[in-house]
Amino acid sequence: MFDGLSERLERLGASLRSKGRLSDADLDAALSDVRSALLEADVELTVVRAFVDAVRERLAGVALSQSLSPGQQVIKAVHEQLIEVLGAEPLKVTFAPKPPTVVLLAGLQGAGKTTTAAKLANWFKQQGRQPYLVAADLQRPAAVAQLRVLGEQIGVDVYSDPSTPVEVARHGLDEARRLGRDVVIIDTAGRLAIDEALMDEVRAIADATQPHYTFLVIDAVTGQDAVVTARRFHDRLTLSGLIVTKLDYDARGGAVLSARGVVGRPVVFASQGEKIADFDLFYPERMASRILGMGDVLSLIEQAERTMDADVVAESAGRLMSGTFTFDDFLAQLNQVKKMGSLGGLMKLMPGVTKEMRQAASNLDGGEITRVEAMIRSMTPGERRDPSIIDGSRRTRIAHGSGASVAAVNQLIKQFAEMKKMMRQMSGPGASLPGGLGKMAPALARAQASGQLPAGFEALEAGRHAASVAPRGSSGKGKKKKGGRVTPPKQR
Amino acid sequence: MSATLIVLLVVAVVVAGGVVVRARRRRTRPTLEAPRAPMPSVLVSELDERPVLESPATLSSRLHASRGVFDRVRALATTASVSAEELDVVEEVLLRSDVGVTTTQEVLARLRVDGAPQGIVAALREELLASFKAERGVTLDAESGRVGVWLFVGVNGVGKTTSIAKLASRFVGEGRHVVLAAGDTFRAAAADQLQAWAERTGADLVRAHEGADPGSVIHDALGRAQARGADLVLADTAGRRANSTNLLDELAKVRRVADRAPGQVLETLMVLDATTGQNALSQAREFLKAAQVSGIILTKLDGTARGGVVVAIERELGIPVKFIGVGEGVEDLVVFDPEAFVDSLLAS
Repeated sequence: MFDGLSERLERLGASLRSKGRLSDADLDAALSDVRSALLEADVELTVVRAFVDAVRERLAGVALSQSLSPGQQVIKAVHEQLIEVLGAEPLKVTFAPKPPTVVLLAGLQGAGKTTTAAKLANWFKQQGRQPYLVAADLQRPAAVAQLRVLGEQIGVDVYSDPSTPVEVARHGLDEARRLGRDVVIIDTAGRLAIDEALMDEVRAIADATQPHYTFLVIDAVTGQDAVVTARRFHDRLTLSGLIVTKLDYDARGGAVLSARGVVGRPVVFASQGEKIADFDLFYPERMASRILGMGDVLSLIEQAERTMDADVVAESAGRLMSGTFTFDDFLAQLNQVKKMGSLGGLMKLMPGVTKEMRQAASNLDGGEITRVEAMIRSMTPGERRDPSIIDGSRRTRIAHGSGASVAAVNQLIKQFAEMKKMMRQMSGPGASLPGGLGKMAPALARAQASGQLPAGFEALEAGRHAASVAPRGSSGKGKKKKGGRVTPPKQR
Repeated sequence: MSATLIVLLVVAVVVAGGVVVRARRRRTRPTLEAPRAPMPSVLVSELDERPVLESPATLSSRLHASRGVFDRVRALATTASVSAEELDVVEEVLLRSDVGVTTTQEVLARLRVDGAPQGIVAALREELLASFKAERGVTLDAESGRVGVWLFVGVNGVGKTTSIAKLASRFVGEGRHVVLAAGDTFRAAAADQLQAWAERTGADLVRAHEGADPGSVIHDALGRAQARGADLVLADTAGRRANSTNLLDELAKVRRVADRAPGQVLETLMVLDATTGQNALSQAREFLKAAQVSGIILTKLDGTARGGVVVAIERELGIPVKFIGVGEGVEDLVVFDPEAFVDSLLAS
């Protein structure tokens, strides 16, 4: 939802930096953007106000970080506040000492209670439990049949009889005890929060079965009404938590924030797809990143952290940022990336990557990397350090040596130069880049903001500093090539 | 986009990520685990007591204070020029009704320019009513020799099947011969649900097994309708999210099948849950593209939700609301009346 927001905030301008702190006017401008973005994402008005106030408090009077732009700092504050609101006091699902543990599901019509009941049962089953489903929705035609079909799919028994919802729940519980099941999930009919008779009924079911957990099932694309509904159900049932459904509809899911903010109970589970398996515990951090449109940079970085040799990476990264990156560095990087898995898979985790790029990447196989590697390995050390010395005859030699066409060699050299240029611009302040690459700069910045690691920026800053000291690039004259370098090339 | 450039790109990003990782390692190792505290996981332990309700958040008290905003609108003075305070109140009323930020800003801009000579309420009412300009009649009769089809589309859980049942009941009551096509072959027991309604309303039903091709169900229904001389086929489809190309393509195909002789699609109605927020706009946009939506059925208006997002949908996409659902009873699906709707929107 915040796609536009992140970009707008980053434009807040580097000029603010000199002031040392955000002025009230800057802060107002930024927070007004935050407010619009939240409202556009269906976060309830009161919750929006409380949220914006909290972000304001986080930022007010705080000295501006040297390493984050003012906009990034606002984004960071928003991200932290999101995690705080979404993740405070998580609920641990525990099991009753005297089984069965009773779970009651309630919600509006069409929120997805019946499907959720089956998904939840399947989840408990995966945890090694023996769940039992009770279909107490006698209102909607074929709701019991629906649960029976789903129960059969996941291999969980379903109880129902044609009495009354309260009786069905009670009988179902007795039956579960008789069968020795340890988790009972009661599906109830959808009801409006203002329908007193039906609210009394669900209350009666709760009284009769004394559930250990009462979950409100709520649709992620609900608008401002999420709050009213959540509060009314909470008043009547004392909710233990929320289950959010249909999270795959929309990246925004402001209803989650609204409901969470109003009833003060955590979101425990999230459902994001039609398949039974598309159901898991709710992870506040992932949701926060997702709300901010940050892609899954955290996973990408985690993956990098696990597999890559940090020293090798950091060394050449500094040179990449300063524009003194060589083919040798590139080769070293390539080897690191290869360790991380398929390019297509990595592209998926990157934010700001266009669909076309993803498509192209998924069509790649390891062969492309091998081809590039072969071309670089066919270069002399001198050529790798300074590609500008590669003339026509050298190109032909490299092409022959690597089994590639001269055109491919040309392309590699050209694009390598372009990449160097882009990375240099990217590490410069207020950089704006054309095309898909342009999106990487904010994405990376967001990654840093999100990881609560302004420290990360200092490495970039260092690179930037180095770049401004060193003459820009080696422009084809052999003599200049040493001047263009801050660190000696890595020789092997 | 060449393959080489992608390779370069990935390397660049990973490198930059590496910088972050490295810096993080160096500087924040001691606290690294803190923000990534393990997420709630299921632990087998004794449950001492049931979860207890905490004292209500300060939010609810604030929320309470903001109730009755419309009373405040009414209380505002009747002057030609609109004060900033009045605009704030109007903004709140509109946002709370899910009208959306963009439309709200548009309305506010108009109020600023035009003022409110008859009072702010009248001005606001007029401005909102101006959004509902589209023609909202429905077509019931196909060309001679063809069978009319009403196709029902929408996301999951909005009330497509129930809306069909209510319309079927109405049409059967008017003496029409209606065939229901159980085109939702995905959700478990969706056809059973429609069958229960067919029995109650006295409409014909054509269904297939779960997982069958929805197009074929509708094709069969057309055949049945033609053979029996039925007037109208009401075709259900599976609920689907509006951001999946595959699911939308499937819907486009279903519509093509329904529109092929002897069928003729008279209306494609998108069913929309009134509790839905701004996602409804994307839903309408996508379904309009995939299935040429001709109208909206706004359901569940009997709850606390106002369904204000249809204002934005009509303004931006020009899709008219044709029916609204105001209750569970079969007679509770009624023809949409803009004036009544706007009044209820403002009376929240």
